[in-house]
Amino acid sequence: MGEIPEHLLKRAAERKAQLAAEAGGAGASEDASAGSEETTGSERTAGAEAASTDAPVAPVEEAPVRTGLAAKVPEFLFQRSKNRRAVLSGGTPTSSGAGSGGSSAPAAGAPPAGAPAMVGPDGHTHRLLTVVKSGSIQQTKAEAQDKVHTWPHLLSIELGAMLVVTAGLLVFSIFVRAPLLGLADMNQTPNPSKAPWYFLGLQELLTMFHPMVAGVTIPGVALVLLALTPYYDKNLSNKPENRKYAIAMMTIFLIFWAVLVIIGSFFRGQGFNFVFPMKDGVFFEL
Amino acid sequence: MATETKSKNPMEVVKRVGNRMHDSQAMNSIFRPGSVFRKGYTDSPRNRSYVIMNNVLYHLHPVKVKIHAVKVSYTLCLGGLSFFLFMVLTVTGVFLMFFYRPTAEQAWADIQTLETAVYFGSFVRNMHRWAAHLMVLSVFLHMARVFYHGAYKAPREFNWVIGIILLTLTLLLSFTGYLLPWDQLALWAVTVGTNMMGYSPVLRTNVQFVLLGGNVISGDTLLRWYVLHVFLLPFVIVIFMAIHFWRVRKDGGISGPL
Repeated sequence: MGEIPEHLLKRAAERKAQLAAEAGGAGASEDASAGSEETTGSERTAGAEAASTDAPVAPVEEAPVRTGLAAKVPEFLFQRSKNRRAVLSGGTPTSSGAGSGGSSAPAAGAPPAGAPAMVGPDGHTHRLLTVVKSGSIQQTKAEAQDKVHTWPHLLSIELGAMLVVTAGLLVFSIFVRAPLLGLADMNQTPNPSKAPWYFLGLQELLTMFHPMVAGVTIPGVALVLLALTPYYDKNLSNKPENRKYAIAMMTIFLIFWAVLVIIGSFFRGQGFNFVFPMKDGVFFEL
Repeated sequence: MATETKSKNPMEVVKRVGNRMHDSQAMNSIFRPGSVFRKGYTDSPRNRSYVIMNNVLYHLHPVKVKIHAVKVSYTLCLGGLSFFLFMVLTVTGVFLMFFYRPTAEQAWADIQTLETAVYFGSFVRNMHRWAAHLMVLSVFLHMARVFYHGAYKAPREFNWVIGIILLTLTLLLSFTGYLLPWDQLALWAVTVGTNMMGYSPVLRTNVQFVLLGGNVISGDTLLRWYVLHVFLLPFVIVIFMAIHFWRVRKDGGISGPL
């Protein structure tokens, strides 16, 4: 198991801070509202806890100030629930709900004229199944942010890399000429004759083994073993500390070839004999 | 403007022509409906997605990539640069083909002419050669990078095999191209290289005979390797590259962080 993703830690910290602020702010708002309006002060704080008041004492002219989660619930829902409670307890609903909650909220009284066929016992055309706290349901917006947009993040890097390589290639091609020796002549063998640099490791092996071993068997087996690596390497981890053996083997393999290529390129002179490039010159063409 | 008189101001004309082109059927047929070339681009998550979704690059990249995948230090861009070098080699190679005839009598002289009498001839040949060496190197380093990240492990085993095939094809492309200048360097490097093929088990010198078009390197070899170099091997490597890139995406994109 890895560490907890950063975005989750951040979200948790934010939520904690929010809860702490709410706990501290609730008492403060109670005092403030009680101080400002004496008549409705107690009702208003109760209203903040999802409208748990009984039948209203007086018609509410303006929407009470709600804090925290209650602030996110549309005002007309509070009004409707209040009206419903009033109806159930035998009182008459206040008519100010439409005014404070917005004209779109359906009136909770008798069924309106021309109501559709699907009408409930009290004339409701819609039912509110539940009101839940925001955040208690799945949030599709706050997805794990371990991904970034390919454009511009990746494409700009790729473009930059291409430009750097192009620039390097252009400059190098302006100043360094590709070799072109004399016309091919079957009767004149240059000394030494060397393969292209990437085959000089094999040519180096030729000095030690029979051509069938150096030229066919070793490269063939190496290539097949390389291709089959994922099928005999059963270690599932890709962490360097868990695959020391594989990394050691590959490093030895790469260094082996690199050394052979370098020897073949720079340390082999006439007759493919061992020479020192500083003393005897370089016998190497790219 | 209530009365729209056609201004002769050059900037206005350019703007007008631009608008007409922008709304034309031709333009709309070229770019997909969501393309930023049709809708215009203002930076937003939606448009960032549209850039990729309505672009041929969607074949290579998903709309979003893992955040560690955009770290240059993770991939060093080696795979992408190998592909880019292949494209550079294709473009420069086509240019070289215009001036080159693969016969023992003409090949070397054509290169001489190219170097001395053709605008940018020498430069493009240099570029082709250095890009070729660089591609061998970058493909090789890409393989090493993938190995050290353990990126060949499940589910990417098969893509590693494809990668080894691509490495082999890259070496073959480079080697077949090595003969084409038909100078002493080319002839004898290839002689050394192909002498080893005569020791293949079972097939023996038959391999050598088929590849050289004879018992020794000759004009026939030149023609044969030219066809391999400019047609057959590029054709094969493009197919394997397509599979390689497709599998990168199908196997879940670039391998995870270490």
